[in-house]
Amino acid sequence: MLFKLGSLFMKPGAKLAMLAFAVVFPFLASNEYQVYVMASAFVWAIAVYGLNIITGYCGQLNLAHGGFFAIGAYTLGLLTADAGWSFWPAFIAALVVTAVLGFLVGIVSLRLKEHYFAIFTLCVGFIIYLLIDKWEELTHGPIGVRDIAAPYGFGVVDFTETTPFYYLVLAFLVFAIWFMGRLSRSLLGRTFIAIRNGDELAQSLGINLMRNKVLAFVLSTTYAGMAGALYAGMVRFIGPEEANIIHTFDMITYLLVGGIGTLTGPLLGTVGIVWITQSLQFLEEYRMIIFGPLLVILVIFFPRGITGQFLTWMHHKAQSIAPAKKRKESKVVTTQRREVENNA
Amino acid sequence: MNLFFQQIINGLTLGSIYGLVALGLTLVYGILHVPNFAHGALYMVGAFMSYFFMVDLGVHYWIAMAGSAAVVAVLAILCERLVFHPLRHSPPIHDKIAAIGILLFLEAVVQMFWGSDFRRLSSPFTGIMNFDGLIIPEQRLLIIVAAFVLVFVLQMFLRKTMTGATIIAMAQSREGAFLVGIDANRVAMMTFAISGALAAIAATLYAPINLVYPAMGHLVIMKAFVIIILGGMGSIPGAIVGGMIIGFAEAFGGFYISTAYKDIIAFGLLVLILSARPQGLFAKGAH
Repeated sequence: MLFKLGSLFMKPGAKLAMLAFAVVFPFLASNEYQVYVMASAFVWAIAVYGLNIITGYCGQLNLAHGGFFAIGAYTLGLLTADAGWSFWPAFIAALVVTAVLGFLVGIVSLRLKEHYFAIFTLCVGFIIYLLIDKWEELTHGPIGVRDIAAPYGFGVVDFTETTPFYYLVLAFLVFAIWFMGRLSRSLLGRTFIAIRNGDELAQSLGINLMRNKVLAFVLSTTYAGMAGALYAGMVRFIGPEEANIIHTFDMITYLLVGGIGTLTGPLLGTVGIVWITQSLQFLEEYRMIIFGPLLVILVIFFPRGITGQFLTWMHHKAQSIAPAKKRKESKVVTTQRREVENNA
Repeated sequence: MNLFFQQIINGLTLGSIYGLVALGLTLVYGILHVPNFAHGALYMVGAFMSYFFMVDLGVHYWIAMAGSAAVVAVLAILCERLVFHPLRHSPPIHDKIAAIGILLFLEAVVQMFWGSDFRRLSSPFTGIMNFDGLIIPEQRLLIIVAAFVLVFVLQMFLRKTMTGATIIAMAQSREGAFLVGIDANRVAMMTFAISGALAAIAATLYAPINLVYPAMGHLVIMKAFVIIILGGMGSIPGAIVGGMIIGFAEAFGGFYISTAYKDIIAFGLLVLILSARPQGLFAKGAH
């Protein structure tokens, strides 16, 4: 049901308007810094789309996502700065490394359910952070990696400049969203949702839980790796702090504010919050005083975020009586599910 | 040989602290059926409250500890009332995210008031005992003794009193507890209060040999999670045994293998154990 509504919201017109705005944004921006902020918001949005696959669609709270982002960034950084690779081969390598590591972590961690999985991935994220911080021979430890290569341009396009890089990131973002859209409408995406809604039921329908969850996990870590590699190419200097758990929490906030398990949610949430934090500079350090309670209020009152709320509102407009009944039913279902779980 | 005993003392100290924190976490898990990610923040607030009472108000260590336990207990009750209670019918992922929200909020508030500097909490127990070459700082001895006393008292409370029995009953079966007329709200608030107080006491005990800073809860809470997974979620003896396992593994691993990587040991252990036994070490069946 969500996706019929999703496509309603994502009418070609709305999609094109958003894309057009993104394309002309560098000309509307008053200075280069704004373009830079937007580009970094897009990079984070790609990572949040990855988190949306495993957490939003598949229902597994992955707390190692920031760790995989850092692995992508470090793979690119170390290959270009220390091994002398150029950007694009290193970029491909970053995708491969995060996918392979995601597969390895996935086959171990996805045997665990619910909070066991969340705690396990929390530990994995922390191990990644500690390894980056302590394994100085490989990662330079707390000093970080400098002199990371930027992607080489062609003709007059020079990706070390902000605006060309912005378009590069935009292209990747469009690709990421397009892929997500295809995924969410495919049988595979519906399989993920079936797993989220109840894995025993999904299994009884003949869905191979492990294979699908691992696939979702690998896709999500690859997204994180792609975002991390782009991030490294953009800032050209990275340190162990990229693997800090706080980035994972940031991404969860973006996802939840935008709308978990929706197609436009990650983009709206990320771009919105990044700009709010940017415009209220004093928030930078204490942003969590606002975003912490915001997370709580959102999960209590608007668990599906901006997009979810908008969809509900559209749905209300479309049919005025039916949805209320439907929502009541779904509420009863979740209550029962919770009780079943508590009894288990 | 003395070095070996020294590590045993270190392991006992660490194990006691981890055990106390994990105990609170496991009690709340019994009621909430969701791991409370905000527990580490309660631990951190506990340390800062003691610091505030001792440095700014100049009260004695024990009074500071009691005051901090009371404040954090109230804070934990507030979390239950304002956040977890309204979420009791939501899917478990919402509780987890809400708990992360509380964690981020408390850390930011503490950082606003005290900054992110490292602080020292002094303790009246600075002496060192020397048993024929085996050196035991008084504070470490205090930690070990206090942990054993607390666990004993808690065990008595849960087993021998009616109020304590309601907590056990609720953890065993929610519906069964309702059937015999147990007030779920009261039990939930009480459990949160106990868990908060335990975290504050553990933080106050450990702070004098460690430092006080806003991110101090991160490592401890993650290790407490490792412990309750090892010990079986919701199991009280499991939390204590698991705490000791991690404490000893860290003390010996840090000494004999590598100090730099000693924090990885707990997590590496968890990854190894869960890879072999997805349901944890002591859990009876797969969940």
